[in-house]
Amino acid sequence: MARITYIENNGKSHEVEVKDGLSVMEGAVNNMIPGIDADCGGACACATCHCYVDEAFLGKTGEQSDMEKSMLDFAEDVKPESRLSCQMQVSDELDGLIVRLPASQH
Amino acid sequence: MSIAEDTKAADLPDPYSIPLEELDPSNGDLFAQQKHWAYFERLRKEDPVHLSENEEFGRFWNVTKFKDIMTVDTSHQIFSSEPSIVIGDPPEDFTLPMFIAMDQPKHDVQRKIVTPTVSPMNLSNLEPLIRERVCTILDSLPVGEEFNWVEKVSIELTTQMLATLFNFPFEDRHLLPYWSDTATSSDQVGNNYIDDEERRRILWECYEYFVKLWNERKDAEPHMDFISLLAQNPDTKDMVSDPLEYLGNLVLLIVGGNDTTRNSISGGVLALNENPAEYDKLRANPDLIPNMVSEIIRWQTPLAHMRRTALQDTELGGKQIKKGDKVVMWYVSGNRDEDAIDRANEFLIDREKARHHIAFGFGIHRCMGNRVAEMQLRILWEEIMARFERVEVVGEPERLQSNFVMGFLQLPVVLHPKK
Repeated sequence: MARITYIENNGKSHEVEVKDGLSVMEGAVNNMIPGIDADCGGACACATCHCYVDEAFLGKTGEQSDMEKSMLDFAEDVKPESRLSCQMQVSDELDGLIVRLPASQH
Repeated sequence: MSIAEDTKAADLPDPYSIPLEELDPSNGDLFAQQKHWAYFERLRKEDPVHLSENEEFGRFWNVTKFKDIMTVDTSHQIFSSEPSIVIGDPPEDFTLPMFIAMDQPKHDVQRKIVTPTVSPMNLSNLEPLIRERVCTILDSLPVGEEFNWVEKVSIELTTQMLATLFNFPFEDRHLLPYWSDTATSSDQVGNNYIDDEERRRILWECYEYFVKLWNERKDAEPHMDFISLLAQNPDTKDMVSDPLEYLGNLVLLIVGGNDTTRNSISGGVLALNENPAEYDKLRANPDLIPNMVSEIIRWQTPLAHMRRTALQDTELGGKQIKKGDKVVMWYVSGNRDEDAIDRANEFLIDREKARHHIAFGFGIHRCMGNRVAEMQLRILWEEIMARFERVEVVGEPERLQSNFVMGFLQLPVVLHPKK
């Protein structure tokens, strides 16, 4: 279980508890947090669950796969801390994670 | 119905009346007559990854379930987009390289160069212009008398949009759908509207026209349009000297921006007429429009398939795919797959997770212009609902003979103004 804070592009913040094993994307979708579309349902295939990971957690969220890199290549406003939230799995280690959401996913 | 059409219809058997191994959904007439649905329904149930072989297209695998299509689409190291993304192979001396039919890394380079044209920021800049055009088109339509929606609305709106994305001379814009229709008229996608020689002649005219634009723009001020971006980028500045590759990318961008949205515009009108309860929901709550737009695109699936070619032996859905085999992802079938989409065979404008459809494809080749398509459809429906009680379909639609473009030639309608 991890407490995750999703911050929408307009500054609105949502703090929720997400079960281990789910993805950070699923944590948002299951809690109806706007700003994550996840058109492909979590297959790393559409880049519509793009988020920015808070610096403090960059070391804990794992590495991007080649596929994730390719998909992010075509997303908007990509930054060094960009990730696809469907590719980050929740564990106790991510307790306190903060992710910020881009202006639009599509 | 003419005798010729009668004969054609008789040639298309009920899919349940023939042996499974003979089932072949690639005949363009199946789609023109809307008989393909039953073929795919049977394949999804009985043989989801199905081998076909015919004179026209040779041997090819039909992938019909959402999940398997997703696997192929996201495994670009195994399933190549070269040399072609449609079932039929192009003639050796007229293979048009275009980034949709390229693998990494070249695909990424070329796609990235033109993407800014359809970025959210550029589109939000264009939104007022698109809305103004939509209003002009809708306000010029005859009210209370029959006309062809395809010609007066679907083609006109998408052509104007495309002209803007190319910064194409507006007075010549009718050339864009002409070239688009020519490009998609080919035995490579199961139709015989024009012969190959004529098709090439017309496409070379398109090339010549665009060479002129390229030369005007290569040293001009930077501008946000496909041609300026390609002509001024160091990675593509020599593309014009490879006529097939320049023409190939033109065809990609013209067809991609034209046929798809055009037919979703027509398909949405038809779907709402065939599902009056959904039209009622829309009238009661126009806020459903953005969700409805996704549902219309799923329902229409304007491009029925994309094809890949296996780069190695592999297994898919329990079948052994051999290196070099053609693999056809039938998006039009995946979008009706009940195992992936709840009540997939119903048109529901307030559907949950409406964006979870496969009409744009997935993976690195996912539709680049999806936002343009959604924006045009959204604005169009907002303005339709502001004006008309109903766009009534008053006759049978006439559809395109093609296993690729799910297109309309005619959709006769009558407009009823808001009371």
